[in-house]
This record gives sequence, structure tokens and C-alpha cells, in this order.
Amino acid sequence: MKLLTLNFLTCAVKSCKSTSASFPLHPKDCELVSDTLKSDPKLLFNILPRLDWSALSTTASELGFPGLPPSAPTKEELEANEKLFHDLHTLLLETHISEGSLVCANCGHSYKIKEGIANFLLPNHLV
Amino acid sequence: MEYMIRFTQSHETFRLAEIEALAVFEGIKLEVISYSLDSPFCLVKLPSEEAAIRLVRRSILAKSVYEVWGKASTYEGLFDSIRAESQHLWPLYETCSFKFSVDTFQGSRTPAEQRNLIERFGFLPFEGPIKMKGFDQEFCILEEWVHDSAAFGIQDPQSVCLARYLGSSARDIIAKYDLKKRKYISTTSMDAELSLVTANITLAGPGKLFYDPFVGTGSFSVACAHFGALAFGSDIDGRNIRGKGKVNILANFDQYGLMPQFGDSFVADLTNTPLRAARLFDGILCDPPYGVREGLKVLGSRDPTKGREVVYLNGKAHHTEEDYIPPKRPYSFLAMLDDILDFATFSLVDNGRLSFWMPTANDENQEIQVPQHPCLEITSICTQTFNRWSRRLITYRRIPDSEVPAEAIREQRAKEQGISADDLNPFRKGYFKGFKLNGK
Ligand SMILES: [Zn+2]
Repeated sequence: MKLLTLNFLTCAVKSCKSTSASFPLHPKDCELVSDTLKSDPKLLFNILPRLDWSALSTTASELGFPGLPPSAPTKEELEANEKLFHDLHTLLLETHISEGSLVCANCGHSYKIKEGIANFLLPNHLV
Repeated sequence: MEYMIRFTQSHETFRLAEIEALAVFEGIKLEVISYSLDSPFCLVKLPSEEAAIRLVRRSILAKSVYEVWGKASTYEGLFDSIRAESQHLWPLYETCSFKFSVDTFQGSRTPAEQRNLIERFGFLPFEGPIKMKGFDQEFCILEEWVHDSAAFGIQDPQSVCLARYLGSSARDIIAKYDLKKRKYISTTSMDAELSLVTANITLAGPGKLFYDPFVGTGSFSVACAHFGALAFGSDIDGRNIRGKGKVNILANFDQYGLMPQFGDSFVADLTNTPLRAARLFDGILCDPPYGVREGLKVLGSRDPTKGREVVYLNGKAHHTEEDYIPPKRPYSFLAMLDDILDFATFSLVDNGRLSFWMPTANDENQEIQVPQHPCLEITSICTQTFNRWSRRLITYRRIPDSEVPAEAIREQRAKEQGISADDLNPFRKGYFKGFKLNGK
């Protein structure tokens, strides 16, 4: 699962959604893999306004990536900053979690990731 | 200027929906002058030759586009029309190499007849060489005959047109994505042609984020990825997502060289979605299972009073074990359609599109109403008809909040509480009881 996707995901438990602790989910015992993909400025600029920047910063620091700027860059700032563009491309699109789990800080439920595929099906008592 | 779009004479109700979507996608002002479901020839007004080429280049149901030089109901009329409408264009093509071709719909012309027809255009002052290959320009005589003209002994077409070829569509990619040659498919995979059409109608394109919440083997994801979108998908059935060994959705992306277009796939239930409520997607498209085989399922217990507690087996919480399979319960197809509309409302960007397929019987008593939502405007409804049933592709545009009428309160359909899949699902019921054959 890509780190971009992680930024789109929260706990699937309905009563967790209204709490801020349910997002972002926290990677636990995660194995990271990195692909090499051609970067696409149009895609990254389109993604930019859809990111939750503070959640992305949390994820990046939890996984040991270098710190992100304190606030999201504008499209113009990203266009002018080649290093940040490259770092974001690597972080969001090239890096993915192959094994591990994602934990909700509100309910404590742990979602497993196996062979890159996260499973968000809830056990019966959480539906 | 008038242009002629030459469609395929199949999937008729999808053709205009696709070309109108492409006009929106390309930002081209398209005015349809004449169009009929019974004809492959569609006369349109477009701002330029360049726009005409751009409009059809990724169409699946158009074959090609032409600049119209004249049209009439007889050849005599056509020659007059060409002299009146396009004489100013003749000097541009006086010296180029060229080819003449004949495209006959619902009729046939022998090679000798075709040569005779072409010779009748000898009044055009073309001095350049005639070439069968590598020509600069192609002029096409488009003939339309009435249906079954041979049986009625009809000798002449009902309309004729002379047009200059401008460009072709993307119809040849259907073969590239043919399911027969695809690594990972199942019995419910949507065929390549209709997947690509769906992706076009939903405005898939470079830099956009697309999501299929019932991804199955990823037919729509591959189609969206082909057009340049980053494709996400989920499915409540983990087996669909995981596939078998290395044969899975990712293998299909790899097969077609679309890896940069792979967003993600994960296991999830739309009624308990892990996606946060934010405007994340440019397009959502799906073919929700309507339960002909197994009935639509969502997470939960059939008996809502059961399963509220964690189950312990041998001292371990069962749901944390490898082999745990969460229980699923039957769910109404209509309730799911409402859920999809609600989900699309909070997940689509302004003017983003939602397309989904839904079944409908060929009998109005079993007709399922097209679901509505005040934040979603229906942009097209296309129907594919089979012998005993039909299915529709319904497409909506997410209206910007500023344009949603405040008084428009959605008719809330009470969610059915039944237990049996048949009671929950009017289509499944009809399917098993056997729909009445159309008018027979
Ligand atoms: Zn939670």
C-alpha cells in the first residue's frame, strides 16, 4: 500500500470517524518497499490539495523519513522546489508498505497488510 | 464548419454519451446537428479541424471523423451541394496525393460500382496522384441505405455525403485489452470495449485519481489507467484483490505497462469504508454486484442482535487470527445504490463524475428507478439490452455545493430490514422468476 493511500484512509469503525485520533492510522512493524516510477508533475499537483499535510508529516516521521515543511507547499512553491517535488514523489507514490499493520489510536484496532494489500474488513463486534 | 462523426453501429445508446463526455474532457464546444440511433453517421458543428481530431482520438464508439463537403438525398443533389458548400476548399487539394473510398451503411457496392461512383466526382479539380497507400488526403463517399433495402428492391441510398477524412478514434485498443489475452479475469469482468467507454464517460485522464469500490478483477481500473488516471480499487472479497499467486490486478497493470498508473487496491466494504470523507477523487466508477449469483453482501451479522462481543477461541480473540473471516449479511441493491451516491457526494471533486452499472428488467413492472441525489446531476443514461434483461450505465456530475438548491431534500428510501436476499433485491427476484421476454 502506497503512503499516498495511507493519507486517504482512516479507521473504518463508524464511531471512530468523528474522533481526530482515528486519523492517520499508525504503521506498526511495517516493511517498506520502494519502486522507481517516472514522476508526473500533473499528478502530483493534482494530489497536493487532497493531502492532509499534518497527517502526512506524522506518517513521514513515524516511518523515519526526513521532516516535511511545516505546511503544505503551494503548487508554485512545489514547481520551484525540485528537491521537495522529488521527495514527495518518492514518499507518496514510490514508497509502499508490503507487510505490517495499521493501528487506530482511538479504538486500538489493527488492520493487517499482507503482500502490499491492506484489509479493512471489520470484525463483527466493530460493525 | 460541419463535421461527420462515423460511429460504430453497436452500443448505440452509449455513443453520444461518450462523445459528449469527450467534448467536456477536451473543452470543445460540440453542437449535434443530426443524430439517430439507427444511423452511424452523426453530423456535428465544431470550432475547428483540430478540435474534431482531438474530440474523436480517444473515442471507442466513434470510428473516425470527417470534414463534410456536401450532403443530399441523391447524387445529383450531392454534386450541387458540394459546388455550393465547399468550392472554396478545392484549391487547397489541387496538387496533393489522394484516395477516394466508399463507406456504405446497410447496402453494398461491388468494386466496379465503387469505381463508377468515384468517377462521378471527376468534376473536382484534383491534379495530384491517386495513391492507395501513403496518400496526403482521403475523400470518402458515405452512403446510407434504408434497412433491408435489398429485400425491398431499393436501388439507391437514402442519403449520400462527400467528406474529407481527418482522423480516427482509439477503437483499435479494444483488441489490445481483450479479456481473452488478459492475465487476471473472472466471469464478472467487464469487457474491454465497455470498460473503456465507461472510463471515457467518467472523464478519466492524465493526473486524475479514480476509484472503483467494487473493483473485482480491475476491468475499470485498467481502462482508467490506459487513459492516464491513477486507479484505486477496493473489494469486500479479498480473493478478488489478492488473486492467485502472482495473478492479480497488479499483474494486469504490469501486462499493459501501466504500473505508474496503479494507485492501490485494498480489501474494504463500502458501507464501512476506511476512506476519509474528503474530496479525494476525480471519478468513481463501478459495476456493483447485484446478486444474480450470490446476492449482495456487506459486513455484519444477519441477526443484528448477535455478534456484538469479541469471540475468544482457545484464549485468543478470534478476529486477530489469520483464518478469521468476518461475517457478512445480505444487503439491498437499492440501499447500496443510495450508499454509492452518498459516498460519491462527499468523495468527488466539483464536476467529478460517478458512473455505475445497474441491471433493469425488460419489463416496466420490474423497472428499477434511477436513483437521484440533489448534489449529483445525471449527465447520461445508456442501456445495453440482452434477451431477458438490460443493464444501464448511469453517469452523474458532482454539482459544486454553491449550485445545489437548498430546498432539494433527498427522498430518503427507508433501508429494508429483510433477511432474505430475494426480498432485498428486486432484480434478483425477477431474474430467478424469469423475466417475461420482450413482447413475446
Ligand atoms: Zn478505530
